[in-house]
Amino acid sequence: MNTKIENKLTPVRIIAFVFVALWLIVAMFPFIWTLWGSFKVQADFFSKADWANAIFGFHTEKQTGNFFTIDGYYGSWIEEEFWRAVINTSIVVFFTVLISLTFGTLGGYALARSTYRYAFWILMAGLIFRAMPHMTLVSGYLQPFFAWNVWGILPTTIIVLVAINQPFTLWMLHSFFLNIPKDLDESAMCDGCNRFQAFRYVIIPIMWPGVITTGLFSFLLAYNDFTVTSMLLSDENETMIPAIASFLGTVQEEGKVMYAVAAVVSATAPLFFLVMFFQRQIVSGLTAGAVKG
Amino acid sequence: MKHSTFLLFTLPSLSVMFLFIAIPIVSVFIQSLHIEHKQVIIVSENCDPFGCETTTSVDTEASAKLKEKAPLGKFNGFKTYSNRMHFAFDEIGEAWNSSDSFIVFVKKIYNYPLYRALSFTLTYTFVVTPFVLFLGFLVALGVNNLPKLLKGPTIFASLLPMIVTPLVGSLILFWMVDGDGVIGATLQKIFNDNSLSLKASPVLTWVMLMVYGIWHLMPFSFIVFYAGLQTVPHETIEAATIDGASKFQRTRHVVIPHLMPLAIFITLILLMDNFRVFEPIISFRAEAHATSISWLIWNHLRESAYPLYNAAGATSMITIFCVGILLLPVLIRTWRDFNEKNKG
Repeated sequence: MNTKIENKLTPVRIIAFVFVALWLIVAMFPFIWTLWGSFKVQADFFSKADWANAIFGFHTEKQTGNFFTIDGYYGSWIEEEFWRAVINTSIVVFFTVLISLTFGTLGGYALARSTYRYAFWILMAGLIFRAMPHMTLVSGYLQPFFAWNVWGILPTTIIVLVAINQPFTLWMLHSFFLNIPKDLDESAMCDGCNRFQAFRYVIIPIMWPGVITTGLFSFLLAYNDFTVTSMLLSDENETMIPAIASFLGTVQEEGKVMYAVAAVVSATAPLFFLVMFFQRQIVSGLTAGAVKG
Repeated sequence: MKHSTFLLFTLPSLSVMFLFIAIPIVSVFIQSLHIEHKQVIIVSENCDPFGCETTTSVDTEASAKLKEKAPLGKFNGFKTYSNRMHFAFDEIGEAWNSSDSFIVFVKKIYNYPLYRALSFTLTYTFVVTPFVLFLGFLVALGVNNLPKLLKGPTIFASLLPMIVTPLVGSLILFWMVDGDGVIGATLQKIFNDNSLSLKASPVLTWVMLMVYGIWHLMPFSFIVFYAGLQTVPHETIEAATIDGASKFQRTRHVVIPHLMPLAIFITLILLMDNFRVFEPIISFRAEAHATSISWLIWNHLRESAYPLYNAAGATSMITIFCVGILLLPVLIRTWRDFNEKNKG
């Protein structure tokens, strides 16, 4: 399609360029601004007098003797013990992804291969469960969890996140397994494998692209969750996102907003790298359900 | 696949969904029908040389006993649904009788928490969704016109607002529109009004939350539309060009019909996600002017020393009902497709 006419600058193309450029500024600017500002003092980041202060660090130099300061990071990570939240998040995210994928691959594979009507109903139920606002579910957990004395600990949160994640994981892996030809595992079964052996020796070796894509989204759900983690975890088991939210309550009054800014940047950084390395998988995951149909 | 093998494969997945999604919905419903026990109060009179004083204290033992006997609380039927925290039927009847114009009536209704939350949630859902669809489509068209070299970085940058945690993303914007933040301060300078604050005005708060919603979800519709644009058949476009269709006409009559199924898919996902809007309200500390249904449930559970399980349950059931209505067209459609496929 790359004929000369296609590459000519027409008014439509210029408008398209400008529009995309505008969107890029809107999409990127807040992140760049906050990242840069997190190395400044509050007087610069929230500078009423002149926004250029946040760029050149006028007050930062006055207060600390340098354009850059890592006071915000020191304050949040060490003083406010943000590192605990980071460890908790790692534990929650790791196990949620692991368990979600194990359950999801088994279930998704069975749903893709079953020809019975109930497979359809399970997928429909999954769609309805996917639409449930998480807050409605959380309000159902609290009473039993208090009664059984399992509130506030990490395993409870992990299993709840796995459950909330399951409808999406099932749907995604189901459509992924539909794309793996049936003949593969059926020929293995002709050769004398049973269903589990066929799954183990034929499907598992080739399923990783789909599993990795689904895993990314499970990761995002567990990492980004605020509703479940803020309601089901006690203070000492807090993960990053509720920790940032509680920073706001305590830190704002003491004039330590920069702690929260530093924590926000710390929580965003892993996501930044995730998009950088897995951009193609994320895009294919987003479109998988849609384009194929 | 045999039934027994199917069951073995799906058992872990189905059991977690059953235990942690299906049962909680039932449990929420039961919760909503009960009301917390009133504390057993003892009134005692203490007399000393300066006079008598009556003190009230909670009889913890009797309260605990009552709680043990019926841990869910007292059966209350549907009264929680009709109280002033929810549908407020009595209050509405009164407001209807006492208001002299419809606007006054609407204003009075707006004071009740459920109607407040519903009006914001629905406005948010039905404003953000079309904007996201439309702008996402435009950006997809724009990126499709870019030279190949620029496409990758553009997609990378576009993904960020969506991937970032909603709570964190809205905080980043909140700090920028703060009176001392870069956008807030600049706006104050432009309008020469030092008291201008996006947070103080109800209208601006709503606008701010919706702008955040569009910013956050646009990448999703952009990516899906962009992928869809790659599958538009060349032959049809060429045929339309030969027939003398302009670029706009080609977009209108070839590309858009081709992308229609995608638009429906995106709309469905957007409706589900927008309806549960919650985190931005926390980040923007907007609850004075805008509350959503999810926020209302959260507030019931957090507000007082004792979580209001019945109120949270009732609000949750109302939410689930609304979600059902939102999903109904899709479910009917899928059901029809499924039946047709089975017949054919």
